[in-house]
Amino acid sequence: MRMEYIGLSEIAGPLIILEGVRDASYEEMVEITLTSGENRTGRVIMIEGDRVVVQVFEGTRGLSLENARTRFMGHPMELALSKDMLGRIFDGGGRPIDGLGALFPDERRDINGSAINPVSRLYPRACIQTGISAIDGMSTLIRGQKLPIFTGAGLPHNELAAQMVRQARVTGENGEDVEFAIVFAAMGIKNDTADFFKRDFEESGALQRVVMFMNLASDPIIERILTPRCALTAAEYLAFVHGYHVLVIMTDIASYCEALREFSSSKGEIPSRKGYPSYLYSDLASLYERAGMIQGQSGSVTQVPVLSMPNDDITHPIPDLTGYITEGQIVLDRSLDQGGMFPPIAVLPSLSRLMKDGIGKGYTREDHPALSNQLFSSYARVQEARALASVIGEDELSEIDKKYMAFGRLFEDRFIRQGMTENRSMEQSLDTGWDVLSALPKEELDRVDTALLSKYFKEDAALALRGGI
Amino acid sequence: MPYTVYGVNGPVVTVRGGREYNMMDTVYVGHERLVGEVVGLRGEDIVVQVYEDTTGLAPGHPVESTGMPMSIQLGPGLLGNIFDGIARPLRAIQSRTGFFMGRGINVSSLDADKKWDIEIKVAVGDTVSGGQAFAECKETGIIRHRAMVPPDVSGVIKTVRPPGAYTVTDVIAEVETESGARVPLTLAQQWPIRRPRPVSRRRAIDRPLITGQRIIDTLFPIAKGGCAAIPGPFGAGKTITQHQLAKWSDADIIVYLGCGERGNEMTQVLEEFSELTDPKSGRPLMERTVLIANTSNMPVAAREASIYTGMTVAEYFRDMGYHVAIMADSTSRWAEALREIAGRLEEMPAEEGFPAYLPSRLAEFYERAGYMETLDGSEGSVTVIGAVSPQGGDFSEPVTQNTKRFIRCFWALDRQLAYARHFPAINWITSYSEYTSELTAWYEERLGRKFAEQRTRVSRLLQEESQLNEIVKLIGSDILPEDQKLVIEVARVVRLGFLQQNAYHDTDTYVPIEKQMGMLGVMLELFDEARTLIDRNIPLSQLAATGIFERLIRMKYDLPNNNLDMLNDYVADIRSCVSRVFIDNNIDPGGES
Repeated sequence: MRMEYIGLSEIAGPLIILEGVRDASYEEMVEITLTSGENRTGRVIMIEGDRVVVQVFEGTRGLSLENARTRFMGHPMELALSKDMLGRIFDGGGRPIDGLGALFPDERRDINGSAINPVSRLYPRACIQTGISAIDGMSTLIRGQKLPIFTGAGLPHNELAAQMVRQARVTGENGEDVEFAIVFAAMGIKNDTADFFKRDFEESGALQRVVMFMNLASDPIIERILTPRCALTAAEYLAFVHGYHVLVIMTDIASYCEALREFSSSKGEIPSRKGYPSYLYSDLASLYERAGMIQGQSGSVTQVPVLSMPNDDITHPIPDLTGYITEGQIVLDRSLDQGGMFPPIAVLPSLSRLMKDGIGKGYTREDHPALSNQLFSSYARVQEARALASVIGEDELSEIDKKYMAFGRLFEDRFIRQGMTENRSMEQSLDTGWDVLSALPKEELDRVDTALLSKYFKEDAALALRGGI
Repeated sequence: MPYTVYGVNGPVVTVRGGREYNMMDTVYVGHERLVGEVVGLRGEDIVVQVYEDTTGLAPGHPVESTGMPMSIQLGPGLLGNIFDGIARPLRAIQSRTGFFMGRGINVSSLDADKKWDIEIKVAVGDTVSGGQAFAECKETGIIRHRAMVPPDVSGVIKTVRPPGAYTVTDVIAEVETESGARVPLTLAQQWPIRRPRPVSRRRAIDRPLITGQRIIDTLFPIAKGGCAAIPGPFGAGKTITQHQLAKWSDADIIVYLGCGERGNEMTQVLEEFSELTDPKSGRPLMERTVLIANTSNMPVAAREASIYTGMTVAEYFRDMGYHVAIMADSTSRWAEALREIAGRLEEMPAEEGFPAYLPSRLAEFYERAGYMETLDGSEGSVTVIGAVSPQGGDFSEPVTQNTKRFIRCFWALDRQLAYARHFPAINWITSYSEYTSELTAWYEERLGRKFAEQRTRVSRLLQEESQLNEIVKLIGSDILPEDQKLVIEVARVVRLGFLQQNAYHDTDTYVPIEKQMGMLGVMLELFDEARTLIDRNIPLSQLAATGIFERLIRMKYDLPNNNLDMLNDYVADIRSCVSRVFIDNNIDPGGES
């Protein structure tokens, strides 16, 4: 029987401090029983001799220095795991909240996980088709990648994430479609948003392959710090024990980081940029780096975190540090959205770092790398032409700049824009790319080599499309 | 009283029990024997930074000191291998704990069972001193490993074993020092990572590190023994540039240091370098590469140590007389590790929360680079190329600014260029190299006087273009006078056809310096020839209609690296296009205007 400590010596925000403790270890789980009979859980975050600092997941409201008894559990925070998690809903700390009772666990794992040994990793190469041209064509998602959506308040990132979940397909070894298991971690999002996702999973029939971890905006912030860790532990278990391809949607990383900041300041830590703790980079890395593939294992963990940039500022510490860890980003743009564009993906700042090794001959289609390169560079040129047109007027532009203006409109209208339920195959996306390029003279296509150009570039389509403007 | 754990706060552990521990001693903490280092002594508190996750540590757990500063084992078997931040081989860790990293695994860097076929280079009675090779073996297909007498040992050889197969810990010879002590010599030696390995003297820097990357070799060259920084926001191509340099630069040994970066990137280096072959020897690139991977989710204290580990390995190979290049990706992550640990130690923060000693630590690191005369009189160099990841892409932040003081070559990556997929996204206006003048002699000897002249002309051309672009942004290029249009058009050819280089194209990924010079010569030829048209009031658009500009842009793909005679075809093409335009205008180019 473990010792129980009666009373506390200090309470500070979500933290309680005990003195005279003898058997606590770092990161150990703690159970706190109030005199009312209520149970709370916590975790040891600092030890100094017999003085122990514990963070309480549910918060310290209602606790007094007298009314609590504390028990140290002898193990770190663990999550009960089983294949039956699919289709279930848990709170941020991994407790079932769907009323279907407790899980019979096959095993329990430390939610902090361990780093994947770099020599055990398998370099991700297989592409995931999302059916969205702007992603598939220009910033292809790869199995085992971490590719966040950088967005802002009021932009349709939830719709985009839901569409990706509905349409994501990978091809198995024999060319058959393989469905994803989905792990959904809600961190500090509103109830409506959580409902939107739940409804969307239900309607698309995906619910039976979804595991949901819900920490809503009004739930305790300490649990918010645990939520992605529980979700990723479940994802790793499904991927590397049961061989599933797992797509992890985490939303919203900004709320997570704010919870971390709140927690850090309650601990009295020295703040770094914008008050965030100095370990924000390492902390985010401990989440994002849990994506990947492992040699000899059939499953994979792919992450699509959703991150709303405070004030749409991509240089804010949260998107900035995220961008340095993740393998690219999909950036949503407010002016495109205001122009009625869906998906409002700003292709120029968007990037998929793993794309180059997962597309082209043997993966998607031979022309894919050159085509996406050409679209990027031509569209960058469109921005220059537009800047000039805003000064001197479009009529005064040179002939070639006018063609770029036309190409820009076509590209946005035919290539990027698509319906929320429109699922384009890779072939369709690439062909559309060539179609819109035909608004430019052949000589302008300096990123495509001559052989591909003569095979794919269609001057006839050019006429048809131009007629359609 | 035994030493035991007293407090735990993340990677910082307080130990109590006595006063014998020294600063920077390596200690083993807890039942799992986690590796740590003493970073502070405050009264009875000994402050230890632990290189592994401290979950489960509790007061009363045992602590044991090695009495030695943080050291790593150096010897044959480093090349082709991959280590964590404190030189533990990741493959050995994998074989013990599977695909997730375990804790408390105390394996030394070299395989203790592997036998190396060695030749003996000394005999009984020889006087030897530090740095002298006493044995040699073939470490990989490319590199001969010279087992050296440790730098602080000298004396007379008393015993020597015959040539044959030995492990890294077998005693090969014994040295009797002046004081009469007998020192055993083994293939492996220990060296403390934070202490620079001694050399006989620093030599002048006068040779470039040829990288095959046009913008670097031609415009902003780096010297062997020099230091360069690659700052850039995320997505600007720091890592790809580092990979390109690691693949193609003409160093003998590459130490690739993944410091707080992505796990998949290290896997990629490992895979790619095993498949790619060294252009000189035709052997896999891994045979000349040592990888150090402390990815962003591995313990932060080991990240702090990793750059010293990498530097020590580099210096060790330098001492054998090799030219070594370190790719450190990224030094900002290392600086953040410093900041994180300083925060845990409750040290007073200076700028942006970084500790006040950030500049002196950066200086210590970069100053270990150099072109050296080694202890045994041969030459070797360590070149450092450090990536910097400035917060928000803002170069005014402390790590970039302080790094600039200790490097002499600055390759500034630019977000706008990256968005336009202009790679390498090195901005030609803000980048600089202070080595240019020191290297001019070498370039002139190899390529003739014309090289420096071309470089100056091209820099000026790009400078002019950037000024003209300011005007073009406001009024468009159509109304510029013809000679300014020429600057813009030829600068475009240089930008797309020369500065832009495709890392994924077989021919373009590595370009010999002779071809670089030839290409530039052709482009300047175009400028001069087009100039003759403009002098006769023929608009540039007529020349553009011949497609010659586009052909020159494609020259990087169409001109094989091994057939430079084709350069003459391009010159002939330019001249025939120009003379055709003259004929179309009924002008005799030789006649008076």
